[in-house]
Amino acid sequence: MSIAPDVTEFAFDAAHAALAEQALAKFPPERRQSAVLPLLHLAQAQHGGWLPKAALDYVADYLSMPRIRVYEVASFYDMFNTEPTAPCQIRVCTTTPCWLMGSDAIVEACERALGCRVGENSPDGRFYLREFECLGACVNAPMLWIDDDYYEDLTPEKTTALVEALQRGEKPTPGPQDARKVSMPAGGKTTLLEV
Amino acid sequence: MLHDKDRIFTDIYGEKGPGLEQAKARGDYDGLKDLILLGRAEIVDRVKKSGLRGRGGAGFPTGLKWSFMPKETDGGPVYLVVNADESEPGTCKDREIMRHEPHKLVEGCILAAVGMGCTAGYIYIRGEYVREAEALERALAEAYDAGLLGRDILGTGLDFELYLHRGAGAYICGEETGLIESLEGKKGQPRLKPPFPAMVGLYGRPTTVNNVETIAVVPTILRRGAEWFAGLGRENNTGTKLFCISGHVNHPCTVEEEMSIPLRELIDKHCGGVRGGWDNLKAVIPGGSSVPLLPKDICDTIRMDFDDLRNVQSGLGTAAVIVMDQSTDVIKAIARLSKFYMHESCGQCTPCREGTGWLWRVMTRLVEGRARVEEIDMLYDVTKEIEGHTICALGDAAAWPVQGLIRHFRPEIEARIRAAAGKTDQMAAS
Repeated sequence: MSIAPDVTEFAFDAAHAALAEQALAKFPPERRQSAVLPLLHLAQAQHGGWLPKAALDYVADYLSMPRIRVYEVASFYDMFNTEPTAPCQIRVCTTTPCWLMGSDAIVEACERALGCRVGENSPDGRFYLREFECLGACVNAPMLWIDDDYYEDLTPEKTTALVEALQRGEKPTPGPQDARKVSMPAGGKTTLLEV
Repeated sequence: MLHDKDRIFTDIYGEKGPGLEQAKARGDYDGLKDLILLGRAEIVDRVKKSGLRGRGGAGFPTGLKWSFMPKETDGGPVYLVVNADESEPGTCKDREIMRHEPHKLVEGCILAAVGMGCTAGYIYIRGEYVREAEALERALAEAYDAGLLGRDILGTGLDFELYLHRGAGAYICGEETGLIESLEGKKGQPRLKPPFPAMVGLYGRPTTVNNVETIAVVPTILRRGAEWFAGLGRENNTGTKLFCISGHVNHPCTVEEEMSIPLRELIDKHCGGVRGGWDNLKAVIPGGSSVPLLPKDICDTIRMDFDDLRNVQSGLGTAAVIVMDQSTDVIKAIARLSKFYMHESCGQCTPCREGTGWLWRVMTRLVEGRARVEEIDMLYDVTKEIEGHTICALGDAAAWPVQGLIRHFRPEIEARIRAAAGKTDQMAAS
């Protein structure tokens, strides 16, 4: 899979249209605009990771919103890509808690393994690498957010291995990349020993 | 010391499972019908008596906040909005509730709805928490199937709909009115207050926005009694609290502890101590990126609660403890936060939009020492021009970490400027 093309026409396929209706059902009928984030998420997923203008216009028309309002939303929220991006998205958290734990080296490991810089697609068109602000997994720093999953407690070596596994088409197991369980202290639990 | 029997989140590490049956086995939903039938006034009164203060950062008394909701309405919708947009750097506590104990949040929403007369609720979760959103959707579906949500809940006559809504990556949507704007399908730009959401909130209707942890502890408070909760911690700082300790400790973790626990005890007991020992500590940000950092001498004795931390010009915030050992370039650590606030400023207010970028640019120079010593005072003055001059608290949040750095580490900043100037002189002389 490589970067989805820019298109002049966009419409939800049947599966995504059904999900869009589910999203709309959460809001009062006269508040269709409230579903703009879920619909943009759906459009981006269907189009392989980014939102061409045709998709923004389609969502605007779907929700009876002025198109400019959808453009504003799409550019305001970090998760929406309005430029062509590769389908597999690798984001490195580099905010202070991750930086303290060595996120600079994680960025370097990603760049080296992918052959591209932060903010770029890899030369094979399969991976898009970017920095992200605090992803809320600080006690498992440093970490990567790849597609829908968090990969935590990384080292540069583990990061390289992770990216190489992705390049081979594998799906590595998410979560902490060492022996530790979720956000438990690595030395073992200090609480909830009696229950 | 908090005993396990007094912990609210008994499966915070997800060892037993997040499903409805496992939740019930832990005591969730136990006697819910009777709690619903306590009625609005009694629930608010008990939450007030427990001393619970909001767990999202500001620490506003929850019962009091609930009492601001109009007692009589025109019969139209009244909303509960749960702020699950956990994005404050250092903070990852609500994540554990949502993925491991989602039913505590669902049950809390039901009881909050009774306490405020809400007809519907939205849980606004940050878009990046994809798996956490899936866990919550499963919990909501289970609750609907079991008759715990929807029409006539448990035969009590209570009608309450609860929905999950995913954000899309914007720190500012954690600000309650920015969140409401986002929920209405707009950019998350905060609103001017007043009017407050309790009067004019989502779709112009009465709305209360509460943090995940705040809501999730309510069922246990009501079950075990306000006195039990108020008996933990100390006056005005009651109950238990989820702490997430990141950075230079031996074992970073999320843990539920008693409010007012000394910082050193928290780190030594649960995190295996500071990397290299307590004396290797340089500074701690005690409550998420927005609160000013503290140097080691304050950390030696400080208690982790609202009042003690406020007394040293910092704050409990989200109780996200970011630990920095002696190896840390503390100027760079704060400069990275300045970059964060610049990135996350919504652009609405000039002091914040322009000021956050200005702070970051000056901080970047301070990291390298490319500055004059007088510029430290100028930087401080600029933070004071941002603070208090914006619609929401993001401006304050950008200003405080820089102020804290200058307050406690000014000699280090000056030394770096002198060192850089010395290098330049040497180069000029050679």
